[in-house]
Amino acid sequence: MGRVVLVTGAARHLGGRFVRRIQRDPEVERVIAVDAVDPAHELGAAEFVRADIRRPAIAKVLAEHEVDTVVHMDVTGTALGAGGRASVKETNVIGTMQLLGACQKSPRIQRLVVKSSTSVYGSAPRDPAVFTETTAAKSLPSGGFAKDAVEVEGYVRGFARRRPDVAVCVLRFANILGPRAESPLTEYLSLPVMPTVLGYDPRLQFVHEDDVIDVLRLAAHEPRRATLNSGTFNVAGDGVLLLSQCARRLGRPTVPVLLPAVTWVGTALRTVGITDFAPEQIRLLTHGRVVSTVQMREVFGFSPRYTTAETFADFADSRGPGLLPPEMLAGAVDRLAGRLAPAATDSLHHGA
Amino acid sequence: MADAKVIPFDDDRSRARRRPSRADGEAAAVRALPGAQHGPEEPEGPGEGPAGAEAAGGDGREAAAGAGSGVGGDAGGRAGGWERRLAGGLAFLRRRVTGEYEVDEFGYDEELTDQVLMSLLRPLYEKYFRVEVKGIENIPDKGGALIVANHSGTLPLDGLMMQVAVHDRHPAGRHLRLLAADLVFVLPVVNELARKAGHTLACAEDAERLLRAGEIVGVMPEGFKGIGKPFSERYKLQRFGRGGFVSTALRAGVPIVPCSIVGAEEIYPMIGNAKTLARVLGIPYVPITPTFPWLGPLGTLPLPTKWTIQFGEPIPTDGYAPEAAEDPMLMFNLTDQVREQIQHTLYKLLVQRRSVFF
Repeated sequence: MGRVVLVTGAARHLGGRFVRRIQRDPEVERVIAVDAVDPAHELGAAEFVRADIRRPAIAKVLAEHEVDTVVHMDVTGTALGAGGRASVKETNVIGTMQLLGACQKSPRIQRLVVKSSTSVYGSAPRDPAVFTETTAAKSLPSGGFAKDAVEVEGYVRGFARRRPDVAVCVLRFANILGPRAESPLTEYLSLPVMPTVLGYDPRLQFVHEDDVIDVLRLAAHEPRRATLNSGTFNVAGDGVLLLSQCARRLGRPTVPVLLPAVTWVGTALRTVGITDFAPEQIRLLTHGRVVSTVQMREVFGFSPRYTTAETFADFADSRGPGLLPPEMLAGAVDRLAGRLAPAATDSLHHGA
Repeated sequence: MADAKVIPFDDDRSRARRRPSRADGEAAAVRALPGAQHGPEEPEGPGEGPAGAEAAGGDGREAAAGAGSGVGGDAGGRAGGWERRLAGGLAFLRRRVTGEYEVDEFGYDEELTDQVLMSLLRPLYEKYFRVEVKGIENIPDKGGALIVANHSGTLPLDGLMMQVAVHDRHPAGRHLRLLAADLVFVLPVVNELARKAGHTLACAEDAERLLRAGEIVGVMPEGFKGIGKPFSERYKLQRFGRGGFVSTALRAGVPIVPCSIVGAEEIYPMIGNAKTLARVLGIPYVPITPTFPWLGPLGTLPLPTKWTIQFGEPIPTDGYAPEAAEDPMLMFNLTDQVREQIQHTLYKLLVQRRSVFF
């Protein structure tokens, strides 16, 4: 008998993609897609149930459809459509509590997958350079999405204690990028001129949305041989990019701003409504964050198809050229080389 | 007596290393010539043509002179080397402006460190402090090692000089990854440069990760107690933290290389400490030296002392069982052993030193 998978947050781009993908897997009999708003995209053969996970009605959905696998993807930083930060927080925290409460009551539940974020580690200068799953954050995120994620993970740990028979998998994703993924970070990277924090060049890691879908699929099924898919895992592409590298590869000029002024600019931009420059985003763009993916490779048994740099290249292609495209700058250097040392240009091209 | 034998050996090697590079330059000049010869045949832009012809003419004349005398050949070599360096610099610039370079997970930018940061520090290392390096062969050619050094001089120039010493003098061209205080990563600009130069936060997690990756890690366990000590206590080693560096080396199974640095103590003789100001600014100390703050910006110039960096015999740690890292008594003993060895070498080097400045 096949499995019945319930996916929350199906009205979002990533949730919709996951719903469409997982119904093609042979182990899956039915997919129940849940969200509080109607999705704008196709969900294929999946059954869409319009339900708000903040209400106890979600327990009825679980029982009615005999769900045995729950993939909780409705932990996000931005509101879908109308609604401010308060409603996002409520969906993240209260929604998770209700959903977990419903799961605890349901005897059929065998597997729970939660999409979390590496922002639970925070970003501080006194942190080690690389976070592993067991690193305790030096300064816990004080607010915003990061704090929601910390609280969500706390409730999930409580659930795992109370229902040891359920396999629980928490996936901490690095910044998700892709041609169509949307987050505060992609909005920031799409600004024509990127404000940066003067004197800081944060290290960033990205994960491609295709890899996100694959990891979620692996976690939602039975573990493959010699792997274990319950527990907490960091998910990120290989390698690291500095913010300055990102800006140059995108071809966008940067404006370094003093740290106190950045907070002010962030508030100003938020008021005008151009971008949601939350304090946690500013901390990420000041101190950066890198996580270890050894557990993901060796225990979970997943190797991402895209490295951080490849993920970023894919994202950059989808965004179109900036004001200073790298090709133009490279051409300028080549012309300069031709002007200064004609003989040297040969070796430049051979060397490169 | 043994020292007297070692020093000329060392000099020999540095001379031998410099010689092939000059030969390289000559070879490049030979290679550059054919390209320069067909320069005039390309009537491209009106701006480029004459310049190219002029350069080719210049090269040709030099090459002709080189056929006659050895001195001219050297000049041609220099021109070829210059052109090659320009090409290399432009290729570097091209990678920089397009962002096509790589950094590791600690933010270490090897290319930038080799090409720019080390070149900026080198004049200070070679000309200003005239650093003499001894025992560089004690750093292994392969695999991880933990270099433990004394810390002094108000500003952490000793760590940077040690990094240049390992970078320039080690035959295997190894890179030193320094562990720095958290203050470094709080300060703007400083933290960016430190990360790009391969430094990371002094914590057990980062140190162990680097050592397991087979890197050479440098640590100064005295920390602020050492670097901010008054001039009257110079060359007296302070307490070595809690000895965490020994257990880290033990867990990673890498040798500990003690390192003694003489000369850094006198660069900023700290005769006082503005403690209230330090507390207001949130930094561990504000030094008062004979020149700072009295002479203003001129007072921030370090005194041009003569430095010696001696790397000592490595202390192996692979003989201990993994659980030995949990044995506090063993940790204290090993910490003391490392500390004693550094202190003894310091005294020995001080006795040999002719003067602070020469």
